[in-house]
Amino acid sequence: MANEQIKYVTAPKVEDTRKKYCRFKKNGIKYIDYKDANFLLKFINDQGKVLPRRLTGTSLKFQRKVAQAVKRARHIGLLPYVTDSLK
Amino acid sequence: MQQYEIVIVLTPLLSVDTAKEAIAKYSKLLTDNGAEIVQEDNWGLRKLAYPIQKKTTGYYHLTEFKAPGELINKLEVELRRDERVLRFLTISLDKHAIAYNEKKRSGAFNQKKPVKTEEAAS
Repeated sequence: MANEQIKYVTAPKVEDTRKKYCRFKKNGIKYIDYKDANFLLKFINDQGKVLPRRLTGTSLKFQRKVAQAVKRARHIGLLPYVTDSLK
Repeated sequence: MQQYEIVIVLTPLLSVDTAKEAIAKYSKLLTDNGAEIVQEDNWGLRKLAYPIQKKTTGYYHLTEFKAPGELINKLEVELRRDERVLRFLTISLDKHAIAYNEKKRSGAFNQKKPVKTEEAAS
C-alpha cells in the first residue's frame, strides 16, 4: 500500500498515442494563401506568434511556408504583429 | 512573363469613387506598360488588425497580372509616392499559387468563402 503511493508521487505519464502529422502533406495542399487570415489562425497562438512545429506537426517544408504566409498577412494588416487577445 | 499578385491597401478617407479611380490608375499603368491583368478582386473596406497611420480600416484591392519584371519597380515607386496608399504587397506567384488562384476563381472553395464574409461582418 505504502509502496504504491510512493509510485505515484510523480504524476503517471499519460502517453498520447495519436501521432502528429503534417496537414499539408496529408491533404495535398501545395500553396498556403496569406490572404486567408482565418486559416492562418490555426498556426499562431493568442499573442499572434507562430506556433512551433512540435505543436502543430507541420513538416519543415510547410512550416517555412506558413511562416512566410503569416508574415505577409501581418504586413498588409490581416493579422496583428503583437496582441493579447487573438482567440 | 512572370505572374504577380499585388494587394493594395488605400486609406479609408477616400470616397468610393476616388478609391476606384486610384485603383484604375494603377491598372492603367500596368496595361500601358505591357502587363496583362488576369484577375481583379475588390475586398472593399476591411478592419485592419492594427492601426496603420492612425487608421483602423483600409480599402483593399487585389490585382493578379502577368508583367515583365522591370515593371514591378516602376509600379512600386508610384505606390510609394502615393499618399493614399497605406500598404502594398507584391508577390510573384509560383506554379502552385497560380493553380490555387485559378481554382479559387472557378469557385472550387465553396466551404471557405462563407467563413471569409463572416469575418468581414464581425
